[in-house]
Amino acid sequence: MKRDKVIGAILLVVALSAISGLALITVFIFREGVPIILRVGAKQFFLSTDWEPSLGHFGILSMMVGSLFVTVGAAVIGVVFSLGLAIVLTQFSPPWLSATLKPVIELLAGIPSVVYGFVGVVTLVPLIRHSLGGPGLSVLAASIVLGVMVLPTITSIAIDALQAVPKSYLEGSMALGATRWQTVTMVLLRAARSGLVAAVILGMGRAIGETMAVIMVAGNALDVPHGLLDPVRTLTSNIALEMGYASGDHRQALFATGVTLFVIITLLNTAALAVSRQRAGRRRAQ
Amino acid sequence: MKTSTTTIRAQGFTASFDGQPAVKSLDLEILPNERLAIIGPARSGKTTFLRSLNRLNDLSPGFAHTGKILRDGKDIYDADVDVAELRRKVGMVYATPVPLPWSIYDNLAYGLRLAGIRDRARLDERMEAALGYAFLWNEVKDRLREPASILSGGQQQRLCIARVLMLEPEVLILDEPCSGLDPISTAKIEDALVALKEKHSIVLVTNNTKQAARASDRTAFFLLGALIEVGPTAQVFTRPTQKQTNDYLMGQFG
Amino acid sequence: MRKLRVPPVATQRIAVGFMWILTTITFAVLVFILAFILTHGLPHVTWTFLTQSPTSMGREGGIFPIILGTLLVAGLAVLVAAPIGVATAVYLSEYTREGRLTSVIRFGADCLSGVPSIIFGLFGFVFFAITLRMGLSVLSGSLTLALMVLPTIIRTSEEAIRAVPTSYREVSLGLGGTRWQTVFYVVLRSALPGISTGIVLSLGRSISETAAVMLTAGSALRLPHSLFDSSRTLALHFYLLSREGISMPNAYATASVLIIAILALNVLAYALMRRFAVKAAR
Repeated sequence: MKRDKVIGAILLVVALSAISGLALITVFIFREGVPIILRVGAKQFFLSTDWEPSLGHFGILSMMVGSLFVTVGAAVIGVVFSLGLAIVLTQFSPPWLSATLKPVIELLAGIPSVVYGFVGVVTLVPLIRHSLGGPGLSVLAASIVLGVMVLPTITSIAIDALQAVPKSYLEGSMALGATRWQTVTMVLLRAARSGLVAAVILGMGRAIGETMAVIMVAGNALDVPHGLLDPVRTLTSNIALEMGYASGDHRQALFATGVTLFVIITLLNTAALAVSRQRAGRRRAQ
Repeated sequence: MKTSTTTIRAQGFTASFDGQPAVKSLDLEILPNERLAIIGPARSGKTTFLRSLNRLNDLSPGFAHTGKILRDGKDIYDADVDVAELRRKVGMVYATPVPLPWSIYDNLAYGLRLAGIRDRARLDERMEAALGYAFLWNEVKDRLREPASILSGGQQQRLCIARVLMLEPEVLILDEPCSGLDPISTAKIEDALVALKEKHSIVLVTNNTKQAARASDRTAFFLLGALIEVGPTAQVFTRPTQKQTNDYLMGQFG
Repeated sequence: MRKLRVPPVATQRIAVGFMWILTTITFAVLVFILAFILTHGLPHVTWTFLTQSPTSMGREGGIFPIILGTLLVAGLAVLVAAPIGVATAVYLSEYTREGRLTSVIRFGADCLSGVPSIIFGLFGFVFFAITLRMGLSVLSGSLTLALMVLPTIIRTSEEAIRAVPTSYREVSLGLGGTRWQTVFYVVLRSALPGISTGIVLSLGRSISETAAVMLTAGSALRLPHSLFDSSRTLALHFYLLSREGISMPNAYATASVLIIAILALNVLAYALMRRFAVKAAR
């Protein structure tokens, strides 16, 4: 009995340290990054495209736009492929095939981002340059590479969402004479809608946080991209590229960029959670 | 198996969850070497009462109680009671058989290992006795190392009974142990209980009034958390003193 | 003109056909990536390559110190994060009541597991390397990675623990077990495959990590002699070799070693996951 209490106390201490350690990171990042946002002025920091650290100009708008373009591009590609994959694997393929293919998709998630970036630079970028013009290092290249990288995330959550739809819904639809595909479009997708949306949101959260692959294929130009073929710099690449030699205000500005990322991702996560709760709530109300 | 002479007595016992009473002011005694059946419709507090006997309700959030449950005169809810020892002496069998995902041997040995007894010879000896009492020895004696999941439902439930018997309890409490079992397994378990009452007190909660009539010495009728009537089984079934008892047995409600 | 009505079965065939094309493209991409790296790199992965040290900035020689560096940084990270993460998960699921606090902690862990590694790198750089004066070192790197994988380990362990049926716990307690005995003998034993999967995946993530490592462990090519020495990991080495154009054959070879290690870990994680599913089904 006594031993039980001691072990309980040890576990409490460990858990508290872990949790406070993680909270510490959050506090730390904010403490390092927020002051400079206040000093430069929030409007200046977030709405100016002028990023010139040597002159003390810290405006991250072009990078925010860059991250936005690239993330949305990745989401589009991710959605198309992941949804197709998820539907095929849950509805239209024999169990042995989906059981084999699912872990293979997970394999895609394990490939390091530097490898993705490298293959992208060596094969995709020249392809874009020769067939579509521009430098090749572009929003398009980054979107495609990121789309492939977040595919496993979106797919596995989408598969969970699709499989969570009660079989009775599907059986009911088929019993009325609908084909499998009609059931999918009219019943399944609608029932799983919140889970699928959550999957995409989480995929976007992953995409916006990706660093190395983006650095290698996006071009890293500081201007706001105007089209798919323009080079772009994202919030993450900015931090990685300049952290090595930044100091003083410059370093703080990079922390502030980190704070921005942190807030965006937390918002995305909250949105995803809210969306999937909505589904559970609706189910309970039935 | 040691012979038990333990008496358990509920005195004004009330149990509630988040303020909602499940058992109201219960006065009931469990005598040594008897099989007491507890019958009643759903939500009558039968399972709540049972789970209070080994303090398993302590795990449920919002559980509160007043009154006492005396075991040989001492309230089991006193602060200085060793709950682990109580649970070893008041052994519970659940409605659904729950074999742990290990071998038959490990399932049976688990209780004693928890108590610190690891001596193989002692374990083996008790195992044979416990399986014998559960009428399971012949069926598994050559298969002790195999996973418990290979057993049928009825066998698994007898395994759960044997698992509890390994600790040489004084009281056995069973919560609808035969629900979902085929008639042959049910008969085997009821026969086992007859043999077991020689050395234990047995409390059997059952939804099946016919089982209560077959397999008990006294029967208690619970309704909506209150004890309506308790008495020798034959008398309760043929000449119940309370109208509600009669109505329930006649199938007027339930 | 009359509206063309495509019969539903035909629509289905077209739609499903299209999706199978998408699926094939996806797997083709995967195969392409792996084949591309491995065909260019495997020929250069020789025993000498694996056991020698690099010379002239990696243009020649092998990658032994880098392999060691990777093992140290990633291995140490998981060695630190795993016990802490599992203990935290145990405490959260077994020793506390479900409530606002646990939901908040769970949400926080979820958020942090989504935070980009670069931010952990930032933190590690300023906190470990500078404030705690550990400098760019194996220690800074592995502690940073440990913090990075900690939320993931907590979440996967917690899920594995919660998947253990409540009835198991009741049986154990009913037989006179204490809370810790129940946790140790029943819950953890049953949750072990799921927990191990999470740990193995975290190891894979640590090995692949580049940005955070670059900022905290540095990029020294020498063999690390102590935890305070800077070191380079396979992923970082590959990145530097390829970006600076130092040596393409070596870059491919390094990437091949990295990929094979990741593949092996994924296979392991998958095998563990299978055991998890089999046990849960019983």
